[in-house]
Amino acid sequence: MAGWLSPRDPIPRPVYLTASTITVGAILGGWVLLAASGLVRTDFLPTPNQVALAGVDLLKDGSLWTHIGASCFVVFMGFALASVLAVPLGILMGTFQLVEAVIEPVTDFIRYLPVSAMVPLLVLWVGIDYETRIAVIFIGTFFQQLVMVADIAHHVPRDLLDVSYTLGARRRHVVSRVLVPGTLPGVMDTLRITLGWAWTYLVLAEIVAANRGLGYLILTSMRGLFTDRIFVGILVIGLLGLISDLIFKYLHRWLLPWSPKAG
Amino acid sequence: MARLTLDRLTMRFRTRRGEIVTALQNISFEIKDREFAVLVGTSGCGKSTALRLVAGLLRPSDGRVLLDGRAVSGPGAERGMVFQSYTLFPWLTVQQNVEFGPRLKRIPAADRARAARHYIDQVGLRGFERVYPKELSGGMMQRVAIARALANDPEVLLMDEPFGALDAQTRSLMGELLLRVWGEASKTVLFVTHDIEEALFLGDRVFVMTARPGRIREEIQVPLPRPRTVDMLTSDVFVGLKRQVMSLIREEALRMLDARRGDEEE
Repeated sequence: MAGWLSPRDPIPRPVYLTASTITVGAILGGWVLLAASGLVRTDFLPTPNQVALAGVDLLKDGSLWTHIGASCFVVFMGFALASVLAVPLGILMGTFQLVEAVIEPVTDFIRYLPVSAMVPLLVLWVGIDYETRIAVIFIGTFFQQLVMVADIAHHVPRDLLDVSYTLGARRRHVVSRVLVPGTLPGVMDTLRITLGWAWTYLVLAEIVAANRGLGYLILTSMRGLFTDRIFVGILVIGLLGLISDLIFKYLHRWLLPWSPKAG
Repeated sequence: MARLTLDRLTMRFRTRRGEIVTALQNISFEIKDREFAVLVGTSGCGKSTALRLVAGLLRPSDGRVLLDGRAVSGPGAERGMVFQSYTLFPWLTVQQNVEFGPRLKRIPAADRARAARHYIDQVGLRGFERVYPKELSGGMMQRVAIARALANDPEVLLMDEPFGALDAQTRSLMGELLLRVWGEASKTVLFVTHDIEEALFLGDRVFVMTARPGRIREEIQVPLPRPRTVDMLTSDVFVGLKRQVMSLIREEALRMLDARRGDEEE
């Protein structure tokens, strides 16, 4: 037992899996017991059974797929748009002090504005169609990505730049052949982390301004006191987040086999 | 004619507190073609600064660096450099790392692949061409870094304590390997180290530096024949030279220590 608690030391694979299984089991078991004990009214805390049945119902009439499709579309568009702009701009910002001087004051201000505070403004300006939701995701992720990528670019070791100069590189080579590849592992991590945030902003956007989507499903279910459907919505979002996380881990390993983090 | 000339090189820095520190003062010497020259001194004596000035990575406050009689104004492929830190590009394989310079020069793929294989072979890493740096040990990475610098065919090879991060056993093996490769490639080398034994074992000429401001204190010819072998390390000539350099460096280290103590008492 003591061997399993020495700092940073690896533990045997079976021990790891057992511990993880116990956590998941305990949460599910606690839920079942709590729901079955009668201590909590089932219209506040549905049983896993009820949630599963609600999920099947939503699948059968096809509405769950519509909600998932709508949410995925919004998250993907907002996130992709933010990433496509934030990654190159962030690299420039971390590389050239002049770019940093121009951009940083603005981003540092906006970054601390709560996205939720901007939703009403966006509804007024853009309306309640999907553009607003995409804008919410964009604002929620873009500025964070920008700062994180800039920091990564800033920390590409100076000696890597210097050695490339002594190998005959010009400034443009140093950017394209050293700084850009040097930031890729960090950029992958940033995208993975901020995609998680994008999912949390999605629900915010859909609760305020949507007529379909998982957040909208949750909101309308609350109005009808369908707690089982709320649970379906929450679980599906969690599951989608988990899947996107796994996709990024896989992409990291596949696209950047040289990265120390690729295992 | 001298291949590389350091002409009254002086380097001053402004510290954060606004004081002006002279890191190097009037460093002048010449290195002949195919010579192996070593700068040795205590840490902080400015020897790495001197090397970076030669590389063109820093600009001198005064004086100049001449390569084949022409003044140097910035970094360039004709002055290749090996750093103390591990500087392989992690996203390139060993082969691609070694081809980095030739590729920038737009040398045809077949030629540069051949040159890269030759030098990878020379540093004893045949079979590792397709491996990424993360799978190499520190000594292996430095050998690739040497191969990468040589494959770019520089006129002068600058080495900034390239074996400084390696353990003692690996270090001495790397020294022998470097001499073999140098003999074969017949390059002019300027090597920086704080290790006296390493300096005398490798160099034709050793420049002992003083600290703060960094000056050349002594120039020592190493009369040992080539090829150098490890048993020379115990020869009378070697031990005598070592004693001489050690006492010079010790004097400098003590002087630095005194100066620091003085600073603290102020």
